[in-house]
Amino acid sequence: MRVTPTRGGPGGLSQRRDLERYAALFASRTSVMKSSAMRDLMAITERPEVISLAGGLPDTSTFPAESLAALLSKLAATDSARALQYAPTEGMAAVGEAIARVMAAEGTEVDPEDVLVTTGGQQVIDLVCKTLVDPGDVIVAEAPTYPGAVPAFSAYQADVVQIAMDDDGMRVDELEETLGRLDREGRRPKFIYTIPTFQNPAGVTMSLPRRQRLVQVAHERELLVLEDNPYGLLRYEGDPLPTLRSLDGGEFVIYLGTFSKILSPGIRLGWTVAPGPVLEKMNLGKQASDLCSSSLSQLFVAAYFAEGRWEDYIASLRELYRRRRDTMLDALAEHLPREAAWTRPSGGLFIWATLPDYIDTTDLLALGLSRNVAFVPGRAAYLDGRGGSSMRLNFSGVDDDAIREGVRRIGEVVREQVELYGTLTGAAPSREQAEPAPTPPDPELANVLQLPDRAERDERRAR
Amino acid sequence: MSSVAVLKGGRSLERQVSLRSGARVENALARLGHEVVGIDVGHDLVARLRAAAPDVAFVALHGRDGEDGIVQELLEALGIPYTASGVSACMRCSDKVVAKHAMRDAGIPTPDFYAFTETAFKELGAADALGAIEDRLRFPIVVKPADQGSALGIRFAASAADVPAAIVAAFSYSEKVLLERHVHGRELAVSILGDEALPIVEALPREEDFYDFSARYTIGRTEFVCPAELGDELSARAQAMALEVFRLLGCRGFARVDLMLEDGSDELYVLETNVIPGLTETSLLPQAAETAGISFDELIGRIVELAVPAAA
Repeated sequence: MRVTPTRGGPGGLSQRRDLERYAALFASRTSVMKSSAMRDLMAITERPEVISLAGGLPDTSTFPAESLAALLSKLAATDSARALQYAPTEGMAAVGEAIARVMAAEGTEVDPEDVLVTTGGQQVIDLVCKTLVDPGDVIVAEAPTYPGAVPAFSAYQADVVQIAMDDDGMRVDELEETLGRLDREGRRPKFIYTIPTFQNPAGVTMSLPRRQRLVQVAHERELLVLEDNPYGLLRYEGDPLPTLRSLDGGEFVIYLGTFSKILSPGIRLGWTVAPGPVLEKMNLGKQASDLCSSSLSQLFVAAYFAEGRWEDYIASLRELYRRRRDTMLDALAEHLPREAAWTRPSGGLFIWATLPDYIDTTDLLALGLSRNVAFVPGRAAYLDGRGGSSMRLNFSGVDDDAIREGVRRIGEVVREQVELYGTLTGAAPSREQAEPAPTPPDPELANVLQLPDRAERDERRAR
Repeated sequence: MSSVAVLKGGRSLERQVSLRSGARVENALARLGHEVVGIDVGHDLVARLRAAAPDVAFVALHGRDGEDGIVQELLEALGIPYTASGVSACMRCSDKVVAKHAMRDAGIPTPDFYAFTETAFKELGAADALGAIEDRLRFPIVVKPADQGSALGIRFAASAADVPAAIVAAFSYSEKVLLERHVHGRELAVSILGDEALPIVEALPREEDFYDFSARYTIGRTEFVCPAELGDELSARAQAMALEVFRLLGCRGFARVDLMLEDGSDELYVLETNVIPGLTETSLLPQAAETAGISFDELIGRIVELAVPAAA
């Protein structure tokens, strides 16, 4: 906890010099860098005995070890001096070509010249903020938004306005209302941050009409859109949708891509494609941050893509994660009580579940940890304290058995809390589980009791 | 100079704070010339203690297992002297309900309260008594887990509608939950070292979010003032009361007693006693010690000295 100068008294300032010395040196932006009880809780989720559905981890165990060994030893034998040397800030040309191929696989054409290779996608968020955001500037984001973007936005002292989502992604009508209101207040947002495809954490995907409208709105208002697209190639069903960048008017889009979910987060490589002047500033910003991204990683990526098996590997990930998603959806239906609702993502890594509003998922996490299971409390995805009854569940990082057991444990603690709340309020707790939903004799009664039947509940998605 | 095992980490929800406390204690002990072994408490604790065979164990654990007497019992069994309170004092202090009963029986003011287990609600219909309790305690009511050391799970219920969710939240952390009258006033922490009360620390919420505990325990949202501006008479009264509680509960070595100074009445109420308060850079006890002219290294040295039984 922060210590500030005392208001005099015997014993005085000099004796607290040690404590104060650091506090006095901290930049004002650190005052919004939060260290919270929740963060301490999240640290415990990393214990080995915990089944963690909290991470955003791809399953790197599926990458063939012998391929990695062959690629790296070939790299060491043929290109070791370059691998150990600095690289250009914008990235190596061969990586730019790999990026162009990955983006083409999603129907987005890009000139490798327009690409800035970054240290993970996270660096793009940081560089965009660094380039565009002064303290107090507005960033528009989705509600909920990527929990990892929250500290980046906070570090630049941005004022984040979050726009609700439904099944079709960000509510662009609400976005327009909000932009109008901000306009009247004389505040122009610097950028709109969105994960249009298989959103983290909500798992929903922005519909084509909304994509088109969003790009149009950005174009009309000359606003930048940061399109974060880590999961676009991890689609398990349905037809792919165009990226915002590839749509008409997409010149106002800063595109963020990453190798983290299609190859490895450990290599820390991502990229951005941005309007020229923005890209130039981001390049300068990156020089200040880290000069360049890892040469070793870049040469590895170049060699891997030259080998030509990357699409097969992504296909194998799709198959694996589709099955795990289905396992998790089945487990949720089996173990969560009727009062819960969750999204049904067509791709990506996450399901967003929402419990009755009297359950606080930060407290629930503490109870979950006592049964060795973890998830991300919903509050992490909001900057305004909302999300208290929701949770993000990851299905890519653990195997089917762990998903089943993890969800079973979560269901157990949720049901305990629902039951206890029922006891406390005198409301009959729902002892029934989701699956065998008894048909209420009278639909009106069902509404009064707020017990949506299965079909209805399946309609309900992230709000 | 002796060999000291610093017990830290563990499985408690306060693991992170404990790791920070422990690391800082280890550094201080090394500077004091002790031979230091850091032990992140886990399944192999007994084996590691046996292997290290320390002259004394410095318990820098917070929360469950560390503050509730479990680890202390183990150290007793192994015959290793250890810092801070013994088993029974740990058990009394880590259970807020037990501590509050002891204080009430001894005539030490503590806010009125009622405590229940989950069984009381599920099997004995305790929910039916909530209305009467609410009438007696008056809103806002503080709802707390009985044995959670940090601010986790503590809620203010502003009205009857908030109470059930607050109780559900508190049961996430503990088998027993306590509903307590909220004392509106200033929040004071009196640290005890040996048999002496250190200068008082006051916690001041920086913003007007008085009922939002999570915000208050977030960095930058609360500031601490030491010594608290209370005047001599009040300071002496608070220190004497803290010392009385320390003795009543059988504490040893060091501890921190948290009190409320009620607005208007100027009455003091004891909330709880922490047998192993935080020892991080920004924790309250080290801050109080510094104000008293005791450096962190000296503080840690004293705590170790106090641990070794004089007659042993």
